[in-house]
Amino acid sequence: MFEFVVGSPLNIVLILGAVLVTAALLIWVERRVLGFLNERLGPNRCGPFGIAQSLADVGKLITKEDWVPPFADKMPFIVAPVIVPVVMLLSFAVIPLAPGVGIMDLNVGLLWVLAMAGLGAYSAMLGGLASNNKFSLLGGLRAAGQMISYEVFMGISILGVVILSDSFNLREIVEAQHKHGWFVFSQFIGFIIFVIAGLAETKRWPFDLAEGEAEIISGFNTEYSGMKFGLFFVGEYIGMLLLAALIPVLFFGGWYAPFEWLELPNAIISGIFWMCVKTGFWIFFFILVRAALVRPRYDQLMNYGWLVMLPLSLINLLVTGAVVLAQGN
Amino acid sequence: MSLLFYIAAVISVLSTLIAITRVNVTHALLYFILSLISLGTIFYTVGAHFAAVLEVIVYAGAIMVMYVFVAMMLNLGHATIDQERAWLKPSIWIGPSVMAALLLVVLMWVLKDTGAAEMAHTVTAAKQVGIALFGPYVLAVELASMLLLAGLVGAYHLARK
Repeated sequence: MFEFVVGSPLNIVLILGAVLVTAALLIWVERRVLGFLNERLGPNRCGPFGIAQSLADVGKLITKEDWVPPFADKMPFIVAPVIVPVVMLLSFAVIPLAPGVGIMDLNVGLLWVLAMAGLGAYSAMLGGLASNNKFSLLGGLRAAGQMISYEVFMGISILGVVILSDSFNLREIVEAQHKHGWFVFSQFIGFIIFVIAGLAETKRWPFDLAEGEAEIISGFNTEYSGMKFGLFFVGEYIGMLLLAALIPVLFFGGWYAPFEWLELPNAIISGIFWMCVKTGFWIFFFILVRAALVRPRYDQLMNYGWLVMLPLSLINLLVTGAVVLAQGN
Repeated sequence: MSLLFYIAAVISVLSTLIAITRVNVTHALLYFILSLISLGTIFYTVGAHFAAVLEVIVYAGAIMVMYVFVAMMLNLGHATIDQERAWLKPSIWIGPSVMAALLLVVLMWVLKDTGAAEMAHTVTAAKQVGIALFGPYVLAVELASMLLLAGLVGAYHLARK
């Protein structure tokens, strides 16, 4: 019962705890790193280097008044913030962290992540719709349009990986990369499209038009306060963590070290170590993107998606399929 | 698995019923989404994993998002709810309920004689679904693709100024 087998209670408790703690820490990491990049200090008062800032934030959010506006549609208003963290945590269940470390070994694991990402769109939509506020509605509309558009080629961009590894199972995809080399080289276009679409899917900078502080206050979460807002916030960070863990699994060899001689002696420790290194790299990349890029206009976002990314991902799929077919014969 | 199936089935039937009887369109859509997700669970329990995930991706994740999107654009206020309430008077329900009950009796009569089916007796892999779709059912796939293409061209024509 208490050993490292996929889906054992020990695994479930440890992974759930690690994901939640990391997501809370990420809020502090992001603010601090962004602060340094903007030549300011960021939160540095709570605990050493401000590391307890998230705890203080949680304390503040929980003790705040939990307010539902009288003009809001109550049931969807309360359901909306719960959806995104739940869906993101469910997606995490299929992420393989090391041999034997994970919660589910689903044979349709990759599709499961896409399905959960699709359901995640409801959070922002229902939040915007139920708030009964013009700014929220605009934010919700933007979120819906953006997420259903970018979901399309997020799905198509990883089909190249599926063709090459011959499986939807994330563990088999990692093993296939161990045999054939990292997919980032053979699927470079798919990789670029996946990273951009994934950023849009998590509504992170530069794709946070759904919140667009400059034009629509805070978009879909304008009317939310206290822990309901906190759930949207935590959900976004779990989503960022999920994306940062999914990119290594799909394109950077998962739990295997880049070179054979870099593997640590114990397979599980080595796997977790390398997954953490790769995930950490992508998290810092996302924070750097946030500090470096500006937000596009909404029509630019849509045109870029449908006129550039969709054709590129379709061509990538076609070429990959043709090459695999030719090699097979 | 069997217990999971029955729980999902009960949720599915109940949420569909509630979806029909709601007067507020957003609430009705939410219950409908719940019904689709529980349908996905049912597919999973009988071994159709690929269909289960596709049910959630296509129906709950894409088509219903479109419905909610349209509901957001239409600005349905209290007037619609009152209209809906006027339409869904209790007396309206009598006819459909009697006919549905008759159908239920017929269905139960048919199901009475079939033996108990084993849960998840075969797990259908995604590969088998693909082979079936592009083997014996390739004509249906091609017809569906033509229908979708026609829809796409039509939408483009309507949206073009």
